[in-house]
Amino acid sequence: MVGREGRVDALIPFDEVLTRYEPVIGLETHVELGTVTKMFCGCPARFGGEPNSLVCPVCLGLPGSLPVTNRAAIEYTIRIGLALNCTIADWCRFARKNYFYPDMPKNFQISQYDEPLCTNGYLDISVEDPGAEGGARQVRVGIERVHLEEDTGKSLHVGGATGRIHGADYSLVDYNRAGIPLVEIVTKPVEGTGPLAPAVAHTYVSELRDLMRALEVSDVRMEEGSLRCDVNTSLSPRGSGVWGTRTETKNVNSLRSVERAVRYEIERQAAVLDEGRPVALETRHFHEDTGVTTVGRSKEEAQDYRYFPEPDLVPVAPSREWVEQIRAALPELPLARRARLKTEWGLSDREFAAIHNAGAVDLVARTVEAGAPPADARKWWLNELVRRANESGTDLAELPITPADVARVAALVASGELNDKLARQVIEGVLAGEGTPDEVVAARGLAIVSDEGALTAAVDEAIAANPEVAQKVRDGKVAAAGALVGAVMKATRGQADAARARELILARLGRG
Amino acid sequence: MADELTRMSAAGIAAAIAGGEVSALEVTDAHLAWIGEVDDAVHAFLHVAADGARRAARAVDERRADGEPLGPLAGVPLALKDLFTTTDMPTTCGSAILNGWRPPYDATITRRLREAGVVILGKTNMDEFAMGSSTENSAFGPTHNPWDLTRVPGGSSGGSSAAVAAFEAPLAIGTDTGGSIRQPAAVCGVVGVKPTYGGSSRYGVVAFASSLDTPGPLARTVLDAALLHETMSGHDPCDSTSVDAPVPPVVAAARQADVSGLTIGVVPELGGEGCQPGVLARFGEAVELLESLGAKVIEVSCPHFSYALPAYYLIAPSECSSNLARFDGMRYGLRAGDDGTRSAEEVMALTREQGFGAEVKRRIMLGTYALSSGYYDAYYGKAQQVRTLIIRDFEAAFDRVDVLVSPSTPTTAFPLGERVDDPLAMYVADLCTIPSDLAGNAALSVPCGLAAEDGLPVGLQIMAPVLADDRVYRVGAAVEAALESRRGHPLLDDAKGLG
Repeated sequence: MVGREGRVDALIPFDEVLTRYEPVIGLETHVELGTVTKMFCGCPARFGGEPNSLVCPVCLGLPGSLPVTNRAAIEYTIRIGLALNCTIADWCRFARKNYFYPDMPKNFQISQYDEPLCTNGYLDISVEDPGAEGGARQVRVGIERVHLEEDTGKSLHVGGATGRIHGADYSLVDYNRAGIPLVEIVTKPVEGTGPLAPAVAHTYVSELRDLMRALEVSDVRMEEGSLRCDVNTSLSPRGSGVWGTRTETKNVNSLRSVERAVRYEIERQAAVLDEGRPVALETRHFHEDTGVTTVGRSKEEAQDYRYFPEPDLVPVAPSREWVEQIRAALPELPLARRARLKTEWGLSDREFAAIHNAGAVDLVARTVEAGAPPADARKWWLNELVRRANESGTDLAELPITPADVARVAALVASGELNDKLARQVIEGVLAGEGTPDEVVAARGLAIVSDEGALTAAVDEAIAANPEVAQKVRDGKVAAAGALVGAVMKATRGQADAARARELILARLGRG
Repeated sequence: MADELTRMSAAGIAAAIAGGEVSALEVTDAHLAWIGEVDDAVHAFLHVAADGARRAARAVDERRADGEPLGPLAGVPLALKDLFTTTDMPTTCGSAILNGWRPPYDATITRRLREAGVVILGKTNMDEFAMGSSTENSAFGPTHNPWDLTRVPGGSSGGSSAAVAAFEAPLAIGTDTGGSIRQPAAVCGVVGVKPTYGGSSRYGVVAFASSLDTPGPLARTVLDAALLHETMSGHDPCDSTSVDAPVPPVVAAARQADVSGLTIGVVPELGGEGCQPGVLARFGEAVELLESLGAKVIEVSCPHFSYALPAYYLIAPSECSSNLARFDGMRYGLRAGDDGTRSAEEVMALTREQGFGAEVKRRIMLGTYALSSGYYDAYYGKAQQVRTLIIRDFEAAFDRVDVLVSPSTPTTAFPLGERVDDPLAMYVADLCTIPSDLAGNAALSVPCGLAAEDGLPVGLQIMAPVLADDRVYRVGAAVEAALESRRGHPLLDDAKGLG
């Protein structure tokens, strides 16, 4: 692998690393809150918009302007803290984090330092592990803290090869994002997960994303940056009990990247340690295209942020009553919901895990809500539609078919109006934009042949054309009737009700 | 000699306008003319907004003609410290880094003044970003004390105090962070008030030290200061630290002007050693006067006040080092060295190098150091603990007395240039005023005579508990009335600087 400097990082194969080292990981996740207005002013907290159109003296940090805390952002953060089983501070303050950067309007960021709003919680996750009972291992990820801060503006570096500030011809800054409330969720170090460490990181972020959605606090789109993730990785020589030096990997912009970045760092750090060199305490940059990390800035030369309590803001002191109101209003959380659905749908751990891993829990649930039996809903989404999504390279949820459509297809099958083969054609039609399932059935003429006369004629034809098979059935080899059913289906181009055809065949041949 | 209109009090002008004896425009024109006559010598103003002032005055006259009700200060001219944002005037904060900056928004106080029909004549000179006690730290040259043009008018609100003392405006607004209203008021022989912290909005006031900055009034009489105090104050939802409580009844208190039955504490830690003998003499007479007016006077020690100055010079620079970080040439104001050869970091550094004056740089460095990792606890942290002890000293004192008194400043106005190379001597000018800034309580400086040795004004400081601003007006007005009746004329009649 070639790093930015042209240096090739030596790597040790993952499985080999695990025989000698134990990885320890930690994640810092930033979530942009979906409040109506920004953290400290009345500007819309909206993605997009003409550059520098969603700004005012406060989020531009103009001289004399002052921040006023958005109560909704505090509420959202408490909601997150409660859902992550955290302790909610009854008194805390914002702090200023001082450093110079052109996209920071005040050259300090209002954040929280030693008095975060939420501390000491956890998130339980279920990590796919073929070796474990039920195909998954339960891991409790400790949450160190959840705190609230303001986002910065966005720099666009024009010219130069890297798109970064060094070497650029000039830079533009868009302050629309400046002041959007940002929650930072920091895990405790996660150890003891061995080869699962990359999957733990992936599953944690995925679970966190589901949680944010369920809490309705963010749209959590990683590609738009409303969920951003930094991954800390270190290696501990097996059995030593001593943690190694960690690196912090930034620019990890998708769930898959989270997993790849951890895996790469494990393989790279092992090679460094094997050579007898120390792992450098540094920030590293993940490259989506090549899957490697390259050195960013060294923590040794890290800035002194000179944190101190933000004197422009009064302390945040959420009352117990308010916190309890927020707790009482929490929606059902993903973990509890999945446990409930698994029971309601009568599925095994493994069956349910398959739905979850396919990202189909919501889709199946909504299909069931639309009237489909859970087994049918699961069957259509996991078999037919997962395949279609893979073929077209889209997310399952992005397919142009609704859970209500799927439920209708299942109902048509259940009532005998469609068989599975026809149902697949109906789904194909819906995906092709031909309308609702009923419209596709009508337009394509896909109703099952239930006209008894036509079916009887087809049965008679099949018997006449296959006298030897017919004789076997008369002689008691009922299983041989399948070939005659096949002939009937062929003759009716699949539109016959196969079960009814079989009944008619057996009746004609004296076995009904 | 200023003409009759410029010698009038704000209350008198407002009454004359309301009664139709004079138009707001005539009042404004008289003041503009007098500014034209004397401000070359005084240099109180950085910007005079003649057209805007006349427009505001005409609007008041029209409202009066239409029979609309006028507020208590409608048509009264005012000088605004150049730290408050104004959409129609530059806002420089006395700094080259903001030279020519035109803010896109009005400070809350600017807006309230406009709504009250107050006529803003212009923006006054100040120590750069309110850091200083002499107005010599202005990037645009010093202001001169109307009592003696070779002396400083105090600072940082020296332009505001000089404008009032020179009759260029009957009212001015300043800000007090370590004494920046009371100290210049004292050395210019005018009244200056630091309201309770949070009693007046900071929105649109360019920050020096956020936990200390307090806008307040300057005037020639206690009643005028009270009228302006009421007009400019009150809760502001745009300032999180703004107090959500009714404005204390300061105008009624200024009219009451009576100290009988009050217990007044003299703080031995403020004054005494290091104070000019003439200042101490006038202060002593003022205390005796208060006793003669029916107050009970006792001595109340506030032992931690001795540590107020060092604590202040850690807290204020720490906050300023962060507040002033935004001046980097990227978005507004001066940008230096952007010739295509320098990186953004280099342009930011050069802009700050060229744009800030020596005192501002000194305080940014002090504050940066005090907040640094490894030093925070010993400096900023310790200073905050001292602040708590000072608050407790005040609380204990106010359990025993209604108000505390001290000299406002250790000395009278010092000569221009005398302390510019001696920061510590300059810092001592705020010795008596700083405790109230650290504790956030109300304090007022009222003239109490002239020092015998130099014939320059001496200020009496009156301090009251948080949100008891009315008490400082009540006591200040009593002192003012008693001294004026004894003297037979207003103190400023003795000012000789303008001939």
